Amino acid sequence: MTVNLTIDNQPVTVPKGTTILNAARSIGIKIPTLCHMEGVVSPGSCRVCLVEVEGARTLLPSCIAQVAEGMIVHVNSKTARTARRTSVELILANHPLDCNNCSRNNNCELQTIASDMGITASRFPRLVQEHPLDLSTSGLTRDMSKCILCRRCVTACQNIQQVGVLAAQKRGFATIIGGGAKANLAETTCVQCGQCAAVCPVGAITEKDAIADVWAALDDPKKHVVVHTAPAIRAALGECFGMPAGSRVTGKMVTALRRLGFDKVFDTNFTADLTIMEEGFELIKRLTDAVRDKKAVALPQFTSCCPGWINFAETFYPKSLPYLSSCKSPMQMESALIKTWYAQKAGIDPKDIVVVSVMPCTAKKHEANRPEMVDSGFKDTDYVLTTRELGKMITAAGIDFVNLSDGRADELAGESTGAADIFANTGGVMEAALRTAYEVITGRELPFPSLHVASIQGLDGIKEASFKLEGCKPEFSFLEGVTVKVLVAHGLGNAHKVCKKLEAGELAEFHFVEIMTCPGGCIGGGGQPRLTDDNVRRARIAAIYSEDESRALRKSHENPEIKQIYAEFLGEPLGHKSHHLLHTTYTPRQ
Amino acid sequence: MSEKEHTCGCDNALYQELNAFIASVPRTRDSLIPVLHKAQALFGYLPVDLQEYIAKALDVPASEVYGVVTFYTYFTMQPRGRHTINVCLGTACYVRGAKQVVEAFSELLGIKIGETTPDRRFTLTAQRCFGACGLAPAVMINQDVHGRVNPKKVAELLEQYK
Amino acid sequence: MNHYRTQILLCAGGACISSGCESVRDALLREIKANGLESEIEVITTGCMGMCEIGPMMVVSPEGIFYQKVKPEDMADVVREHLVKGCVVERLLYKRADNDELVRFLEDIPFFKLQKKIVLRNCGKINPEKIEEYIAVGGYEALGKALTSMTPDQVIEEVLVSGLRGRGGAGFPTGLKWKFTAKESADQKYVLCNADEGDPGAFMDRSQLEGDPHSVIEAMAIAGYAIGASKGYVYVRAEYPLAIQRLSNALDQARAKGLLGEKIFNSNFSFDLQIRMGAGAFVCGEETALMRSIEGYRGEPRPKPPFPAQKGLFEKPTVLNNVETYANIPYIIMHGGAEFAKIGSGKSTGTKVFALAGHVNNSGLVEVPMGITLREIVYDIGGGIRGGKDFKAVQIGGPSGGCIPKEHLDTPVTYETLPALGAIMGSGGLIVMNEDACMVDVARYFMDFIQDESCGKCTPCRIGTKIMLDLLNKITHGTGSEQDLEQLEFLAGQIGKSALCGLGQTAPNPVLSTLRYFRHEYIEHIKDKHCRSKVCRSMMRYTINAAACKGCGLCKKACPADAISGERKAPHSIDADKCIRCGACMEACPFTAIEVK
Ligand SMILES: Cc1cc2nc3c(=O)[nH]c(=O)nc-3n(C[C@H](O)[C@H](O)[C@H](O)COP(=O)(O)O)c2cc1C
Ligand code: SF4
Ligand code: SF4
Ligand code: SF4
Ligand code: SF4
Ligand code: SF4
Ligand code: SF4
Ligand code: FES
Ligand code: FES
Ligand code: FES
Repeated sequence: MTVNLTIDNQPVTVPKGTTILNAARSIGIKIPTLCHMEGVVSPGSCRVCLVEVEGARTLLPSCIAQVAEGMIVHVNSKTARTARRTSVELILANHPLDCNNCSRNNNCELQTIASDMGITASRFPRLVQEHPLDLSTSGLTRDMSKCILCRRCVTACQNIQQVGVLAAQKRGFATIIGGGAKANLAETTCVQCGQCAAVCPVGAITEKDAIADVWAALDDPKKHVVVHTAPAIRAALGECFGMPAGSRVTGKMVTALRRLGFDKVFDTNFTADLTIMEEGFELIKRLTDAVRDKKAVALPQFTSCCPGWINFAETFYPKSLPYLSSCKSPMQMESALIKTWYAQKAGIDPKDIVVVSVMPCTAKKHEANRPEMVDSGFKDTDYVLTTRELGKMITAAGIDFVNLSDGRADELAGESTGAADIFANTGGVMEAALRTAYEVITGRELPFPSLHVASIQGLDGIKEASFKLEGCKPEFSFLEGVTVKVLVAHGLGNAHKVCKKLEAGELAEFHFVEIMTCPGGCIGGGGQPRLTDDNVRRARIAAIYSEDESRALRKSHENPEIKQIYAEFLGEPLGHKSHHLLHTTYTPRQ
Repeated sequence: MSEKEHTCGCDNALYQELNAFIASVPRTRDSLIPVLHKAQALFGYLPVDLQEYIAKALDVPASEVYGVVTFYTYFTMQPRGRHTINVCLGTACYVRGAKQVVEAFSELLGIKIGETTPDRRFTLTAQRCFGACGLAPAVMINQDVHGRVNPKKVAELLEQYK
Repeated sequence: MNHYRTQILLCAGGACISSGCESVRDALLREIKANGLESEIEVITTGCMGMCEIGPMMVVSPEGIFYQKVKPEDMADVVREHLVKGCVVERLLYKRADNDELVRFLEDIPFFKLQKKIVLRNCGKINPEKIEEYIAVGGYEALGKALTSMTPDQVIEEVLVSGLRGRGGAGFPTGLKWKFTAKESADQKYVLCNADEGDPGAFMDRSQLEGDPHSVIEAMAIAGYAIGASKGYVYVRAEYPLAIQRLSNALDQARAKGLLGEKIFNSNFSFDLQIRMGAGAFVCGEETALMRSIEGYRGEPRPKPPFPAQKGLFEKPTVLNNVETYANIPYIIMHGGAEFAKIGSGKSTGTKVFALAGHVNNSGLVEVPMGITLREIVYDIGGGIRGGKDFKAVQIGGPSGGCIPKEHLDTPVTYETLPALGAIMGSGGLIVMNEDACMVDVARYFMDFIQDESCGKCTPCRIGTKIMLDLLNKITHGTGSEQDLEQLEFLAGQIGKSALCGLGQTAPNPVLSTLRYFRHEYIEHIKDKHCRSKVCRSMMRYTINAAACKGCGLCKKACPADAISGERKAPHSIDADKCIRCGACMEACPFTAIEVK
């Protein structure tokens, strides 16, 4: 059913239920918004999207108000313009206006709206509230004096992630977003996913900045600075430079990193492939124990490459910990191998090596600081940059990213397959694992078009796939006829559901479960360019799959560097050295 | 409450009563405010430990419980004095001089609205309209309403509450 | 049931309790017993009789003799003289303020004469703690009639015809609200009662619940039948413990009598109610905030639509009405909507209960037919201004309302006329102010209230009202500028149009209405640094009239700020910079030599 209305004298026809905001957008009228987030019910609180609707008693928030037949809307009337502007001016009266010292300078929704409206002076007396900075966690910085109370972070933390840390506290002018009576995030159950930072329109919640530290390392001639980049970076970094979502920039990224002065540019994809080997063999071992040897083992096996999920499981579901794969995340594997295998081969003292990883993720900053992540004998990952931080460094270095030529990652720990690429999105780790595990067990390629497991792709919150193992190799004959069932969930709200099922014993028939903290997986990570909505997620996922499909090698076990590292350094999957460098343990928290 | 604090017998009894109340209501979000009312009636105030206890019991995030407690002025996180002085600042009392009455209490006790005297004798609060507008300005001390209070009567009033 | 020759109605409303009616009751019962009259005389404690200021009070029926300001020690006389000998105790009668005449009967007191009691029909007449008394005066007949002889549509039709409009403030036609909700189909619907009574100078709903709780319960059951709801909640402010206790007692009694619960009056209709206590948030009177609060969240309003009729409590279709709105329903069902519609004026039918207070001679709870003029309320019912001072304004509608000046005193009170004057009907707060009230300070008072009660969700209210309050504080402190006034007016105009909920949307009203009628007072504060009502203290200048000063030095002793100097027996003087304007000197001076400007 459609509805006809006029907006600023232009006739518009849109489906029933469309908001005035979207109806206006459809005819090229942009109405500013701050509290609104695509895909969730807007709180209607910021009032910067007000429009005048003839016959209405007050102005209406266009982000919520739906169109009606014959409605006459004025976006551009004096009344509407003044009201929107007043809302913004009021917010500014209550805001530090410290743009030059703010991490969001030039990339701030409030700043953009104010500048679009042509606000140059503040009409109202200044009413700024001072709040102490919260620097208590490794991943995030909170500066509540900059908060405009749009509540987007609350939606992310309470409704989407359902971690329940951030909530509105106090009332009226004193209202503040916080984690309850605890002043610091570190004292709460925050899992550092950074989804709050990803949606914050201003500089109130951001990743903890590592840029200065990385520059210092690059500037230090005694340091050998090595960088590696997560699978999800290549599908998003371009957005920092105005490229459309879903632009594949792998080659430009490598060139830019070299120009920044990194001594070696490796790729976390390499250890993503390695993770598949280790995690795949761990799964096969658990299956062997369970099916052939009838031992009591924890099944299904859960993935462990996402540090937000690890924090979540340790905090909320300690009983799930035995089910988690003991594999470290690809980032920690890569860093540990750089400070051991690479150091040894390159003849560099690991104490002089600085490992920087570029991640889509704020939880990785926390992971790098976990006390146990020192298996190389040093802190394995020295610094973690988010995609956004790398974008800023490239800009600061004056590099014209968009016009860079393509480079190639350095050898040794830089080669990867399409299976590693797809670690970036929900369903990817699972698909990559199945590509290898199926082939190991049956000797044949995973029998799906283009190697994709269609039912676990896409943005549905919880997805399943199952297929029967037939024609197993003799050593796996005990698996003959077994129906393999896998489950994939992303977003911690969905993780809650899965974990509750696990605790209730309802996952018994499943073998492998993939959990990613961020909606969409790492392509939607807390450190990715803002703003990530479902359209952006889809575009990035499409980019990742086309990256995968463009590869000659698309299965982890075919990666020649993987073969090399097992041959010359690690021995075999789950071997002694692997155990030391690539695996870890978990501890219940709180 | 921390282990140490609620091993004492009196607290345990209070917790038992609270637990019984919690058991009598559905374990749903809409039970939160009734439970907070009950807890405050039992303990006199809602310290953070108690809030966390309730959060766990009702499976509501602690930050949300805190958000609710700090939204509603009836809930307090401060222990009260033995006597609560409640000055009406409703319109009728205001236009008949309630502001001066509050100021007089404030000055005499050396505390502001919402505070408790160091000796825990008095807590000074203000509310709007007790429905005794005819007696404006009205002051309620504990459950007793005193009508037609003026600044000069304040010291005398306080004398009645030791 | 025992038949008594005499019944004594003793007010046990909130105000009378605080005036000591409980010890009066004890004394009365003691005296009755001492005289062996227990079987002849019944003492009924009732809800508020309306004129709390002269409480505790009692009515001796069947004669209807009215005694006021009674004390325990008076009871011996009441029993011996009146009940035994049949002689009226004259010293306890009410004396008219205007002509010192003694008044014997309640109805003859001018305060009560002009009133028309529909809502308060039982308040002060029955014991609210006994369902039998409610039933004896026709209670629950309306519910019986609705359930046994009317369809839900007929009930709604009757309410529509009555023209009843919401008494909670907005005045939305109640019948329409019911009709919209009845139309929705859902597995569960809810009936809610708003007893959050947030207006800081009003207590109508509280008196209703304390004095006649069953009228509300009965009406809610009728509403449930009309819209197809089987569950309801009464949301009462926590500050009303007595109302909560009487309501909860009434619910138990109604359940015990089968008037709540399964298959009421052997119909297929089942209905039950729960009480939910508020927790100190004015904004929870707003309907969506109230529902959030019942659901266990912070009482933050949400944008409408969707309206509660479609998505209300727990996302289900919901009817929310005010206590007083409900209290009209049994009357409408029993007497018919058309009969009800005859009362009042135009589109404002029925009566309205006001909490009349402030600088009037008679304050209390009054129920008047719509269309009555403000003058009648203030002068005929209220008995005029206390202490012979000049009338300045009435504030009607509380924080969402406005101040109406002398020149509009003859305005009839209706839903149409009041908004035209910049005020609203509101929920029933009606504060009379004399020349001692500073209108800028009154505006500041309400803005302070709003600022305190803003939920903080939306920008215009959270930040805008804070700025408005700061500006008003500046002006009342004598540091305001004309630019401040401009900004104040600008914000007042903006917030009303752009705030999310009714609280913010009406927050500027007290400022707008005082600006409309008392702009000169603002200008005086700004330009002349002068507060004509001598309320804004920082503008006051204390001086000593040298001619009158005898140099006694008492002022000097009284001054806490050491601002007064002077030799004994010589005129003293005040150092304006040191003076903190406490007024102590003025009180101390036996020769009224201290003047304030
Ligand atoms: C800030 C605010 C406070 C309110 N407070 C009350 C109140 O205390 N009591 C009340 O009945 N209605 C109050 N209302 C009006 C209610 O939202 C609602 O309109 C009313 O309860 C509906 O009942 P009615 O149609 O019977 O009046 C308030 C509205 C607002 C915006
Ligand atoms: S958050 Fe935006 S507006 Fe605020 S200081 Fe930072 S850049 Fe400026
Ligand atoms: S990082 Fe994640 S868990 Fe922590 S506060 Fe933000 S959204 Fe909540
Ligand atoms: S921290 Fe950011 S996202 Fe959260 S409410 Fe404040 S401005 Fe909005
Ligand atoms: S999904 Fe990816 S980006 Fe998000 S927390 Fe996990 S690892 Fe980090
Ligand atoms: S107008 Fe005020 S009370 Fe209403 S939603 Fe906005 S901030 Fe809250
Ligand atoms: S008003 Fe108070 S401070 Fe001023 S002179 Fe008089 S006593 Fe002293
Ligand atoms: S974007 Fe519409 S109210 Fe905030
Ligand atoms: S305003 Fe004070 S009791 Fe009503
Ligand atoms: S309480 Fe007794 S007359 Fe109002």
